[in-house]
Amino acid sequence: MESFRKNIRVFFAFFGPTAGWLMLFFFVPLAIIWVYSFGENVSLTEIKTTWTLENYKRLFESEILVLFWRSLLLSVTSTAICLLIGYPLALVIATASRGAKPWLLLIIILPFWTNLLIRTYALLNILGTRGRLNDLLEWFWNLGDGALDLIGLGALNLLGESFVPIKFLGTPLGVVIGLVYVHLPFTVLPIYSALERLDRNYLEASLDLGASQWRTFRSILLPLTMVGVATAAIITFIPMLGSFLTPDMLGRGQVDMIANVISRQFKSANDWPFGAALSLFLLYITFILLALQAIYEMRKGGQRDG
Amino acid sequence: MRKSRLPISRRNLLQGAAAVGLTLNLPKGARAEGGQVNFYNWDTYIGETTLDDFTGATGIDVQYDLFADNDELFAKMRNGNPGYDLIVPTNDYVERMIQADMLVPLDHSKIPNMKNLDPGFANPAHDPGRKYTMPYMWGTIGIGYRKSAVSKTPDSWADLLTSDEYAGRIATLSEAQTVMQMAMKLMGKSLNDWTDENIAAAEAMIIAQKSRITAFAPDNGQDLLLAGEVDLAMEWNGDILQAMDEDDDIGYVVPKEGGLLWEDDLCIPAGGPNPEGAHALINYILGAEAGAAIADFIYYATPNTAARALLGPEYNENPAIFPSGEAMANSEVSIFPGQDVIAKIDAAWTRVKAAG
Repeated sequence: MESFRKNIRVFFAFFGPTAGWLMLFFFVPLAIIWVYSFGENVSLTEIKTTWTLENYKRLFESEILVLFWRSLLLSVTSTAICLLIGYPLALVIATASRGAKPWLLLIIILPFWTNLLIRTYALLNILGTRGRLNDLLEWFWNLGDGALDLIGLGALNLLGESFVPIKFLGTPLGVVIGLVYVHLPFTVLPIYSALERLDRNYLEASLDLGASQWRTFRSILLPLTMVGVATAAIITFIPMLGSFLTPDMLGRGQVDMIANVISRQFKSANDWPFGAALSLFLLYITFILLALQAIYEMRKGGQRDG
Repeated sequence: MRKSRLPISRRNLLQGAAAVGLTLNLPKGARAEGGQVNFYNWDTYIGETTLDDFTGATGIDVQYDLFADNDELFAKMRNGNPGYDLIVPTNDYVERMIQADMLVPLDHSKIPNMKNLDPGFANPAHDPGRKYTMPYMWGTIGIGYRKSAVSKTPDSWADLLTSDEYAGRIATLSEAQTVMQMAMKLMGKSLNDWTDENIAAAEAMIIAQKSRITAFAPDNGQDLLLAGEVDLAMEWNGDILQAMDEDDDIGYVVPKEGGLLWEDDLCIPAGGPNPEGAHALINYILGAEAGAAIADFIYYATPNTAARALLGPEYNENPAIFPSGEAMANSEVSIFPGQDVIAKIDAAWTRVKAAG
């Protein structure tokens, strides 16, 4: 690393291609979108850059705010669930035997080998009112109902007259399930890597000194892996906030998020300037969250060093 | 709009895919001398061997590409033609494209097979005198339904858009404009009468019905019907015809208030490399045999009278392909309302989506 500072040519040899790539395929398109967001539609196909703020003003129309709020709520809920499931999962992997670890990690990464669209279609099959999950629930229902009959309580219909399938698709519940399913690996991996780096001696010391398992988790394990948890939360939350496919397919148009509005602006509404303003607004939120996380990490780092 | 135009059976679908594959994979040496036409069309919306036969007859190769909906087509062409010679937009998008100078006028002298067309298609509102377009196929939007699950034929948009009889068993299309147009038909208005009051009333109607609608289906209403997830679906007739072929319990009706009539047109986009070849392909498609082969395979209504003469009653007298009577008389063609109205429709749709 030190030699980069001494030898500027080596630095550019490594940095140049990356910088060029970023410039061409990230900054330039982003700049175009940024300019569009200050434009006006002057005809069906032409946009004139008038530096109007009209597109940004429209972000504060009540229905747009409602959809932003819904996107936030769904993403926060799903991120929280991801953390609740993801942390224990990461803990299991981190404490697994040397032989089992790669296999467990493989299972976590495996879904990435299949296209998101295919996985979402598979979820449709599972979550439908006549889907596999409701089949399973019906089986349990029959089991429970049979058991009640057996003990002579069948006439009371404690479980209802008949099995009523749960509606997952087209409801916030279905969208949350989809978001959690798709983003869970993003949660597990950073937490896992934080747990891997952790010095186990701290845990042993805590237990040796008489702290309970729970106390050790709360006072030692969790605080020491908090940076990993924060990273996991951020990189889980950000793509969720911009989700398009999951609400579109699992929400069935009933639970639209903000990305569905953005997509419409570039297609049927044919209003690219407004679509650009909406996407940039999402980007600003992302930047703010990343900045907050960087500050948090810096402060954490500072505490430890000091 | 019609995301997939699946033909009438899976067997045909496979054959169709094989035919397309064959066209694309002709070895270099076998390529003909007459140049190449880049044809941009809907999925499974051509006869099994049409393109090969055309290459055989004229020596012109066809490079065949597929788009999923009109919005995709328009977005692709918006910043300049990426190299297509022949495209198949729906009538209101034809209007958009004419207004945006995206289409070139056709040379009728190079399309002698125009004579095969039903004279009723000679002078449509969206392209007076057929200056830019030749009609390819037409159809309706109506209600597909599960016969055993309805008390009577759901022959009114009220069954879908205001009644609570089928609550939780309803799918509508996902396009703002189309759904609001059907609401306007139910209100007894023209589906092109985009006044602010009508937009507001349609918006209110859909918001009130929203909790009873299972899905705003992005053109997979027929799949939801087949899977038993819904019993009523606002859909394109061709999609429901496909479902009817798989399941006898499914029917299709154009509601008595009237539905939407659509027409897909063969057009030559500005800036295409081979307009000559495109004219030749248009003329070939409008031929009697080629037209009949296409219609018989994809089961949409053809405006080609000579082609219909070659087909039997199973096609020509199919009420789901050629509806008749009051419903048909009340049906209308959608006219492009202009960007200002499109913006109002989209804003109303965002409110629908935010509601509840």
